[in-house]
Amino acid sequence: MSENILRVENVTMQFGGVVAVDNLSFEVNDDEIVSIIGPNGAGKTTVFNAITGVYEPTNGRIEYCGKTMLENFPKGKMKKLYKSENQGLYTKTIVKTPDEITKLGIARTFQNIRLFKTMTVFENVLVAKHLRRTSNIFTATFMLNAKEEKKMREECEALLKLVGLEDEKNENATSLPYGKQRKLEIARALATSPKLLLLDEPAAGMNPQETDELTEFIKYVRDTFNVTILMIEHHMNLVMDISDRVYVINFGKLIAEGTPAEVQANPDVIDAYLGGGDEDE
Amino acid sequence: MKKTKKVQSPLLDKRSAADIARTKKISLVVSAALVVVLFAALPVVQKVTPDDSMLIPVLKKGVIYSLIAVSMNLLNGFTGLFSLGQAGFMLIGAYTYAILTIPVESRANIYLYYDGGIVQFAIPFMIALVFAGVMAAIFAFLIGLPVLKLKSDYLAIATLGFAEIIRTVIQYDKFGPLTNGSNLLRKFPTQESIVFYFAVVGFCIAIIALLLRSTYGRAFKAIRDDEIAAEAMGINLAHHKRLAFVISSFFAGVGGALLAMYQGTIQAQTFKTSLTYEILLIVVIGGIGSLSGSVIGSFLYVASCEWWLRTLDNEHFIGTFKLPLMRSGFRMVVFSVIIMVVVLFFRRGIMGDKEFSVYRIISYFQNKKAQKAVKEDNANV
Repeated sequence: MSENILRVENVTMQFGGVVAVDNLSFEVNDDEIVSIIGPNGAGKTTVFNAITGVYEPTNGRIEYCGKTMLENFPKGKMKKLYKSENQGLYTKTIVKTPDEITKLGIARTFQNIRLFKTMTVFENVLVAKHLRRTSNIFTATFMLNAKEEKKMREECEALLKLVGLEDEKNENATSLPYGKQRKLEIARALATSPKLLLLDEPAAGMNPQETDELTEFIKYVRDTFNVTILMIEHHMNLVMDISDRVYVINFGKLIAEGTPAEVQANPDVIDAYLGGGDEDE
Repeated sequence: MKKTKKVQSPLLDKRSAADIARTKKISLVVSAALVVVLFAALPVVQKVTPDDSMLIPVLKKGVIYSLIAVSMNLLNGFTGLFSLGQAGFMLIGAYTYAILTIPVESRANIYLYYDGGIVQFAIPFMIALVFAGVMAAIFAFLIGLPVLKLKSDYLAIATLGFAEIIRTVIQYDKFGPLTNGSNLLRKFPTQESIVFYFAVVGFCIAIIALLLRSTYGRAFKAIRDDEIAAEAMGINLAHHKRLAFVISSFFAGVGGALLAMYQGTIQAQTFKTSLTYEILLIVVIGGIGSLSGSVIGSFLYVASCEWWLRTLDNEHFIGTFKLPLMRSGFRMVVFSVIIMVVVLFFRRGIMGDKEFSVYRIISYFQNKKAQKAVKEDNANV
């Protein structure tokens, strides 16, 4: 029986009067590949930003590995403005910054690739090793951490070999072709030794052939690095091909969940994608 | 087709791993030898140069400016924090040094209006030098708490404002017993030997270079390249920005103390905003993100400002014909034009974001040789 690695519980994100994520609950089990799909503006990336600490959720709780990682409830002005449900269910405020969450073992990639532009492929990955350091600024400066530094470099070499970027390791990160930049971004996230990997539209801007390669790569990553993967994606082929479960979001609300086949057959989902829902209203 | 293109690429290293390791060793030896030669030559140079020559003062001021420029580059060029508070931290460093080292017997003379001041002890100058840095670092830490939450232009304005506040506060009459108000501080120990300045600055720059090579240096560069991605990779932004700010200010403080030693007297008035701009200019001319660029930039800046262009300020005659324009102040006009030309045509500075290294120079020639050999081979076939 697999366990929950991530549990999102009644999370609401409200900006002023706009509810971007509305009382959303879902969970991700160990070693699964879970996808979140939904039309543009449905609030998918906002969910990611709430999980990774970029935003504080307005209301709700996020558990990671069985422990409460984030929790918040509407305060101040938001008390009156709050439009969603479950107000009053949560009474604690637990907030973490993105770097603390990465340290816990949740790594992410970005919708628009964000590599370190002036660095080589190898340095990009090496930077991600910084958070697992045991050296402080003095030992690092005076090279008293040579052993650790060597280990960092060896691990990065090995990682680049595993993802197939070893030939390009001394090239500038931004000089890589698009598909490889994506790969590098995933490799960089993997270098933080995560348990849960969040991929924000990994196939955005890719042609069908590159998408196929990416599909294989994501499976490969899950099997080789033992990570659980939660991803946002628009390419239905990719989603249906590799997901164990799919959540469908529209206007911040969960409208369907299940295996790819179940979701595909769900009339609500078809409505949301084809815009049939608007005519009913 | 692809292969021929690769051969021509200057980036491609055709050498074997053993060759590279050997070249690294050779370049290390050459670099060490260069440093030894420099330090052996300096006292000789100082001895043989006539007293009225500008060479020695220019070298001294140039080396002090290079430390301050490097410290500013650490912040602006490597961590991407656009701060303009350098003059303020230099001021703190210079005053800390001066206040702590003026001999007790001369205090009554210097603190004329304040009954000899309240500090009635003096500590050895080397300790005071370190203390100057520490004091600047403490101030940087406190100022950094609110200010480092700001970004780009806003940070620049806030730090600029801070530097001006410090200057005014030090001149404040009520602090006179400590700072001597707006009067000069003098008679603190100074250093004649040029080797001293080079040794201290060399040591400090070496530490900064080592820091930038370490995992912390990589984290700083990551923050400069992309804050959001850096944070997502687990780099604590607040902590690392504060570190960079404090370290940069420490060395600016030491630089300020060295400047006090070089000048012999200090006054809060000389640490104006324009001083920060001078340093910023050096950083930009040298190359944002290049330590060696900052060093080269400092010497060039100081030399042309204080020495090479001096002659333009004097009146010159050809026969009985008096050259037009050549009068006091003309030097600065020419200097401004030069700077504009540099900024227009060398937008990335002298060094860009590259570093001067013996290894790269040797590698360049080795690769060129290898390429030539490949080309000849191709021609023969």
